[in-house]
Amino acid sequence: MTEANIDGGFRPSGQLQLGVFFQGVNSGTVWKAPESGSQTDFESFRRIAQTAERGLFAAFFLGEGLRLREHLGRPHALDVAGRPDAQTMLAALASVTSHIGLVATQNTTYNDPADLAHRLSTLDLLSGGRAAWNVVTTDNAWTGANFRRGGYLDHADRYIHAEAFVETAKRIWDAWDDGVIAASPSEEAWAKPASIRRARHEGQHYSVDYLPRLPRSAQYRPVLFQAGDSPDGRDFAARQADVIFSAHPKFDDALEFRRDIVARSLKAGRGANDVKIMPASEFILAATPQEAREKKAWVRSLQIGPQQAIAYLEQFWGRELQDYDPDGPLPEIDPVVEETSETRGSGFHGAKARQLADQWRAEANEKGLSIRQFVSSKTSRGDATFNGSYTEVADRLVEYARTGAVDGFNISPWLIPTGLDDIVNHLVPELQERGIYPTEYAGTTLRENLGLATPLRPAAGVADNGVAVGGRHA
Amino acid sequence: MSGTEQRPGRGLLLIELDGDGGHPAAWRKSRTAPVAVLGPARLRDTVLAAESAGFHAATFGDGAVPENGAVPENGAARLNALQRAAFVAPLTRSIALVPEVDTVYTEPFHVSTQLASLDYVSRGRAGWLVRASGSGAEAAAVGREPAGSARRTREAAASIEVGRRLWDTWEDDAVIKDVATGRYLDVDRLHYADFEGPDYSVKGPSIIPRPLQGPLPVLVPAGLLPPEALAGGAADAVLVSAPTPDLLAAELRDTAASLARANPPGTQPALIAELDIVLDARGQSAASRLAELDARAFWESPRARFVGTAAELTELLAGLLTEAAGVRLHPAVVDADLEELAQLVLPELRRRRLLAPATPDATFRELLGLPRPVSRYAAAGTAVVHFPASRAGN
Ligand SMILES: Cc1cc2nc3c(=O)[nH]c(=O)nc-3n(C[C@H](O)[C@H](O)[C@H](O)COP(=O)(O)O)c2cc1C
Repeated sequence: MTEANIDGGFRPSGQLQLGVFFQGVNSGTVWKAPESGSQTDFESFRRIAQTAERGLFAAFFLGEGLRLREHLGRPHALDVAGRPDAQTMLAALASVTSHIGLVATQNTTYNDPADLAHRLSTLDLLSGGRAAWNVVTTDNAWTGANFRRGGYLDHADRYIHAEAFVETAKRIWDAWDDGVIAASPSEEAWAKPASIRRARHEGQHYSVDYLPRLPRSAQYRPVLFQAGDSPDGRDFAARQADVIFSAHPKFDDALEFRRDIVARSLKAGRGANDVKIMPASEFILAATPQEAREKKAWVRSLQIGPQQAIAYLEQFWGRELQDYDPDGPLPEIDPVVEETSETRGSGFHGAKARQLADQWRAEANEKGLSIRQFVSSKTSRGDATFNGSYTEVADRLVEYARTGAVDGFNISPWLIPTGLDDIVNHLVPELQERGIYPTEYAGTTLRENLGLATPLRPAAGVADNGVAVGGRHA
Repeated sequence: MSGTEQRPGRGLLLIELDGDGGHPAAWRKSRTAPVAVLGPARLRDTVLAAESAGFHAATFGDGAVPENGAVPENGAARLNALQRAAFVAPLTRSIALVPEVDTVYTEPFHVSTQLASLDYVSRGRAGWLVRASGSGAEAAAVGREPAGSARRTREAAASIEVGRRLWDTWEDDAVIKDVATGRYLDVDRLHYADFEGPDYSVKGPSIIPRPLQGPLPVLVPAGLLPPEALAGGAADAVLVSAPTPDLLAAELRDTAASLARANPPGTQPALIAELDIVLDARGQSAASRLAELDARAFWESPRARFVGTAAELTELLAGLLTEAAGVRLHPAVVDADLEELAQLVLPELRRRRLLAPATPDATFRELLGLPRPVSRYAAAGTAVVHFPASRAGN
């Protein structure tokens, strides 16, 4: 492992936090095992959230995909599909949990800032200051076909739009001074006048003129997560986010990502420790290393069955490959498409298909891999998987905490609803013994539990904070 | 639905639980500190009180964004209605949860997904109280022009149609979990909504499986939808208002008659009468309570208002329930009036066998006596899905 000095004044906390990401839209969730439960029943969500809270997890995440994934022009049939609206589900979970953060992935392209900010404020107030927004910018005309707004934004415009959106949302959350509302029914007025400001934005993509309707929450305003890995996405996170939901869990890669984010944060005028990082990850654990290896092979066989392996290649070949043997070599025929059009909604981007096919055939030949083995190696989340005995994995995580490579992990359980049980029952105590995991919640708000500073309050009584952001994009 | 057909023991009572109550000065008479009204404990307590009183449904108003220049007051600060309903869903078992959701300045796709999600978290107790905002402030908040009445009607009808189609895009048994073929979904049981309206189009399918109830019950204010939409089954219940309690009974009869003319037999939406109430409470007469409230702020309301004793209200409701399937009560002050309703009014109506039983785990459709239809796309008997021929990239 590389020696891990991260300069720029960064100080590792020596601690890790855990979050749980309920059900990504991919092959990661095993639905074929006898113990696989419902993906839509409220009880599955309650079970995961309450187990996570028992394990002192900082956050419970829900993802979002605003169009059902498609494969070769039809809805994708092989993976778990169909999930509830994030904020509606989190509002329900707020009433059956007390400390865990509730993170809603919500898109900036297909929402209105005033509406989204208001709903997030609601979630924040109802949960006593435990709400967060995972800001995503995914967009394309294909998803836009579900929306009144329709259309899409150029890739280059997405973060300009997203940034104006987030700044408008922050202005909405800043609009009420502290203690605006009467403390008792006998006060003269319900609200102190002149302590609530309009939020305005006039820009290229939308305009907002709105008198915000809710006061600040116990954590001031919702915590902001960001997921999106391009240079623009990273700069956006360095300027605006509290936490990055990253795609870099592997140790060396995580360190590199941390260095990059520290540099970008400093450049954005923020402190080296201001942006937390929690990568997406998978844990396959058992009592012994041997059992853990066997369990991993079993999980993989359920994640990537023969049909998934063929379907995976079809995305790149652009044609049906049902006649190929999943246990045989990669198809000799060439893709019919120029650009890959991977399963829509999976978040991938197009690549040169023929070139990729040649490359893959060579790679599979060289390693002697069948279609199924090859696809498994490509989709295994290999980098994102912690596999081993509880003690082994806990030992490995010590290094992450010591160096500050990450602030914690966002775990995608491969089994619903029992997939967190072994982590909470066996891994968490090991982490606590090593002194790198909380033994109680630091407070009741998500901001407190993540160790985030409270945003600076705008000066009280400022009349109108106007159109500051809009000018840049007008 | 005329009075003679109304069987005993089917009456429904709904209660609006927004904020401190319907009266704009309600906060001055509330037992809850104003700042706590926007918190979880108060929400939980009022909905649980309404459930244990035996109300069949709670509605959650979303009210208006204050118009330009207005300083927020009691009526202006509001938690999102749908999330309030979701929050109490796991805490309740029999009361239906019916948020008001706007159709003019919202994305119909989000509205449909959110309501379907509410149905899952409430295990089939969700409904949709349709709102069509014409507010200038709400238009400015999303950078759009205020909607006139023709557009509000059009938008409401379109949004309901989008919702109903999307809720049907997954047939009930679309999730097959077929290990042998490796398929989680049966794609032949998924359908595009392909809604094309004058203002926008929506493709589908839904991103959440079919709600537990199938289509959620849709409640609309009388006069919002055109008769064709009602005849086409857009609404399951119509909320009827009149200026006074006396006129309310006549208005209910007129509405029933016109629905009977326009709708095929047996498909008329249920009627729900709208009533503001102020009861004798806390040793004070209703009239003097109202006078005190009115001295602080004027209660502007399009609804009939009842001001009097619990016994008088019981009589009025008994009469209204012969004309309507249900009555929605808007208490002037939630804390004060809900207590009287729970102690004096509902027990007497139950004793007279005028109310439907409030059954744990019953769906809202069941309460309304509505069957659970199969998906419209399944009923067509064929895979009506059409797949895009082009695979052009994003
Ligand atoms: C770990 C991770 C999780 C993500 N989860 C979602 C999601 O749930 N929904 C979504 O629409 N996009 C999601 N995204 C996509 C990002 O928001 C973003 O749109 C995408 O990565 C492209 O942006 P980029 O060019 O900055 O990488 C996720 C991205 C990452 C890295």
